[in-house]
Amino acid sequence: MSNAPVTRKHASTLRGGSLPKWSPWAIAAGSVVAGLGISLAAGLDSKVQWGLIAAIVFVLGTYGFAARVEGRRQAKDRVATSMVWVCFIVAVVPLVSLIWETLKRGAKVFDVYFLSHSMGVVADTETGGGIYHALIGTLEQVGIASLIAVPVGVLTAIYLVEYGRGKLARAVTFFVDVMTGIPSIVAGLFVLSFWILIMGMGYSGFAGAMALAILMMPVVVRSTEEMLKLVPNELREASLALGIPKWRTILKVVLPTSIGGITTGVMLAVARITGETAPVLLLVWGTNFINNNPFSGPQASLPLYIYRQYAAGTPASTDRAWAAALALILFVMILNMGARAIARWKAPKTGR
Amino acid sequence: MDISTQSTQAPPPTPRSSSASRKRAARGATRPGDRVFLALSRGSGILLLVIMAAIAVFLTYRASLALSKNEGNFLTTFEWNTGLVPPVFGIAVLAFGTVVSAIIAMALAVPVAVGIALFITHYAPRKLGGPIAYVIDLLAAVPSIVYGLWGAIVLVPHLNGLFGWLDTYLGWTGIFSWQGGAPRSMLTVGILLAIMILPIITNVSREVFRQAPQMHQEAALALGATRWEVIRMSVLPFGRSGVISASMLGLGRALGETMAVATVLSPTFDIQASLLDPGGGTFAQNIAAKFNEATVFGQDALIASGLVLFVITLLVNGAARFIINRRKEYSGANA
Repeated sequence: MSNAPVTRKHASTLRGGSLPKWSPWAIAAGSVVAGLGISLAAGLDSKVQWGLIAAIVFVLGTYGFAARVEGRRQAKDRVATSMVWVCFIVAVVPLVSLIWETLKRGAKVFDVYFLSHSMGVVADTETGGGIYHALIGTLEQVGIASLIAVPVGVLTAIYLVEYGRGKLARAVTFFVDVMTGIPSIVAGLFVLSFWILIMGMGYSGFAGAMALAILMMPVVVRSTEEMLKLVPNELREASLALGIPKWRTILKVVLPTSIGGITTGVMLAVARITGETAPVLLLVWGTNFINNNPFSGPQASLPLYIYRQYAAGTPASTDRAWAAALALILFVMILNMGARAIARWKAPKTGR
Repeated sequence: MDISTQSTQAPPPTPRSSSASRKRAARGATRPGDRVFLALSRGSGILLLVIMAAIAVFLTYRASLALSKNEGNFLTTFEWNTGLVPPVFGIAVLAFGTVVSAIIAMALAVPVAVGIALFITHYAPRKLGGPIAYVIDLLAAVPSIVYGLWGAIVLVPHLNGLFGWLDTYLGWTGIFSWQGGAPRSMLTVGILLAIMILPIITNVSREVFRQAPQMHQEAALALGATRWEVIRMSVLPFGRSGVISASMLGLGRALGETMAVATVLSPTFDIQASLLDPGGGTFAQNIAAKFNEATVFGQDALIASGLVLFVITLLVNGAARFIINRRKEYSGANA
């Protein structure tokens, strides 16, 4: 700039033209109007189509204007930006709708009565009834699953991080990864084949809990492993240097340091298996009555309850399905948010 | 604890002592407490392997019981009649439905998910990016049965318009012709699955994009690249393997999804030429639908189809892991 005196005339060639800052908003507004106009003119009645037409007009319009004023490269850039915004909006619509509809429709019959009564003598067509039996079932099954999966998962993670070298550790790591991808219904079929078909046991909450535990283990292993890896090695070395045995070092130094993260992982895993329907459908069978004993007889469970009430198809049962879905989402969301809050507060301090 | 015990244990004690025990001795891990703890934690690891093996063995055993009596060809039969004497059943319809719905889901979800991930990392205003990422994290935890309920009651009526439009303008292809039944078809399933796997793919892709080297991006900017050119030249090439593995994880979910498909699809046991006409089925949906009235033999037949699903998801996930493990830090298992 300083050594080459640039005249005003040439300055304009160094800077290409550019659209004013408000142009994306103007184009967006214009395309919404165009979308409405075209849709009404063509007599389309689906609002989704209106939105899609507006989105297409928006992307094309952006390209047209930008290509004329700013040149091809800038136009491509603007199209990419508008595509990314469109992607975001397109994806947000169904996800917001999901939450909104569940809240709106679920609130209709969601009250204390609904939480504290079972479906004992309530026919599908009748109003009333509730999810008490399903809550009991879900809590017991998820509780038993956690009792099985958490110790195994945490110990496996300890093995992988603190001891694991060589072939066995590599095999375990690989199969934990693969295990995260097992479809829930396959876990259900496995327990069905060996517990019910081969050992001859009946359908029960415990059978479902075993399948849930299989789904939960890899998640716990994975998250615990990540947390243990965050524990600074200096802590371990300091403890070992004081002559503390390795197992006490792990129990008294490593685990307490990472307990916040491990709790988070476990809560996320619990949240994940709480919503599993397929294994429960195969193994717990479902009932309308309260069964407090997870070891004998069919139990109910919240996800299964939603499915059965939906399948019944009457207005009253559909209302109940939505209310139960609301209860399930609330439960899962509270677990999730709690877990993330703990993760933020108790994150292991990695030193400097 | 003290030096004397250390020194007494130093010489390799028994002929059995392999390199493993010598390594343990070197690390001073031979106290009884240590041995118990090591045994416990190693035992847990082995238990996981045993469970995986047991899943394969038990499913194969029960499946073989059913397959040995099957009169039809398991792979090509278009029927599922386990009650007949002799029984005839095959997975052709299920395999077709599972693959088609998963392909639709991937085709819809992957571009959009990459878009959202880019939006969060590179386009959204700073203050918006964090909260959006948090919300999408939460959405990944919404149970599939809730997606199923929403899909069946809210989404399905909304698809009438789309289906009508597709039939009018693309009906001549045959794939998009529509006879006007309720829109509970493979395309509906694909759309719902796409919505379900969107958060997972977004989360993993986002993590990868966030780790794209800042230096490369700044270098590209300094050379005069536009934002899109920066992304195309430095972010996307860096994140490619991460996006592929994220998609594979999503694919694994889509293949094994049960309840969302069971609530939305109105199944028939045949293959529809059109994606818009109701019919078809998937492995998981078929198991859930047929299970309650199945005899023990019928359950064995369903287990056989489950075994196929197990193998397919194993391959998909194994491939995803293989890609991830080449770049270890993006393991998406926590997503």
